[in-house]
Amino acid sequence: MQLKKNIATSESGFIFNPTTGDSYSANPIAADILLKIKEGNSDETIKNFIKETYDVTASQLEKDWDDFINQLRSANLLEI
Amino acid sequence: MSANQQLLTIAVTGLNAIDSPGPGVAVIRALRDGLPKPLRIIGLSYETLEPGIYLHDLVDKTYQIPYPAAGTETLLKRIQHIHEKENIQLLIPNFDAELYNFIKLGPTLQSMGIATFLPSLEQFDARDKINLYSFGKKYGLSVPMDKIIYSADELYQCAEAFGYPIVVKGKYYDAIVSYTLEQAQKAFYKLSAKWGTPIIVQQFITGTEINIAVLGDGKGNTISSIPMRKLYITDKGKAWAGITLEDETLIDLAKKFVSATHWKGGCELEIMRTVQGEPYIMEINPRFPAWIYLTAGAGQNQPASLARMALGETVQPFIDYEVGKIFIRYAWDHITDVKEFQQISGFGEL
Repeated sequence: MQLKKNIATSESGFIFNPTTGDSYSANPIAADILLKIKEGNSDETIKNFIKETYDVTASQLEKDWDDFINQLRSANLLEI
Repeated sequence: MSANQQLLTIAVTGLNAIDSPGPGVAVIRALRDGLPKPLRIIGLSYETLEPGIYLHDLVDKTYQIPYPAAGTETLLKRIQHIHEKENIQLLIPNFDAELYNFIKLGPTLQSMGIATFLPSLEQFDARDKINLYSFGKKYGLSVPMDKIIYSADELYQCAEAFGYPIVVKGKYYDAIVSYTLEQAQKAFYKLSAKWGTPIIVQQFITGTEINIAVLGDGKGNTISSIPMRKLYITDKGKAWAGITLEDETLIDLAKKFVSATHWKGGCELEIMRTVQGEPYIMEINPRFPAWIYLTAGAGQNQPASLARMALGETVQPFIDYEVGKIFIRYAWDHITDVKEFQQISGFGEL
């Protein structure tokens, strides 16, 4: 999974799509995930990082992960 | 150019910086930013309460000019009178309705020493919303289907052809989206009463509304194109805030338009980009938009570039601009004195 190349993100969780002009605010966990995606980490690596950093069960993480990826996809932020 | 050069006097119309603003004040700001001083700006106004008249840090002197309906002869006499006093070197008109007269007067103004940088009458007429569909077809540009009608009886056929909703548009301004025949009829009568006939009925295209400010050199080259998405829209459909976008398809579309038409001067392409990403040209405004100062903010000062070309300089096409630059319009209560109002009302100049 990859963010589109021109998507701008900041450490504070601000996301800007320069093609559409849309902008979004991500919460701290989402901002961490976006940063990891931008660094080119695999899904598994990012999930492991989340499990180690935050108090979350594997099943809850899977569910939230899918929701989050769907949100990124519907916002047209991911490479197809 | 250097700051030692002689005074450059530029006349500008469209000083009505109101809720549905004319581009004049934005054009003047861009000229002052992008051209070396000394610069003298002559405002040309139609009404006495156009805010730009009273903004003396932007406009040095304002003269009222006759409404476009008065014709070219009356306009020329007034411009001659102003020119004798001010020695205008360049005139930048900014209203659709006045452009016909100024384009027609172009050669006469040139012989008087007043430069303009405007499209030809053919270019001006071809992009008229009444001719937009055939214009798009001719140049291979995506435009919505439309039908020009003179009677409300023809609305039913339009709806059959395009499906609801349909967009009912006035000859000069205004557009009403109609979801039923009754709504379309109401829109027809409202718009024909205001602007006359014909009325344009257009296929409704859903998507994201984007505007592109474009400057063509008249030889087929695009000197600048800046796409902008409206972030805040007034009830009149005007952008109150907007952001520059990065999208090669929009830049390519602007280049295709300029290359095909050899457009000379500034213009604004109103685009609807569908969910599939196809950009439809909804309308082509033959002059700078009111948000034109954003082009200066983003690094491609279109009004200043137009002025340079009009005055004989060769201007190279811009390559880069800043993506994510935002303009936010604001309302400002400017205080003036009744003496100033009296001066412009009574003597037609201030």
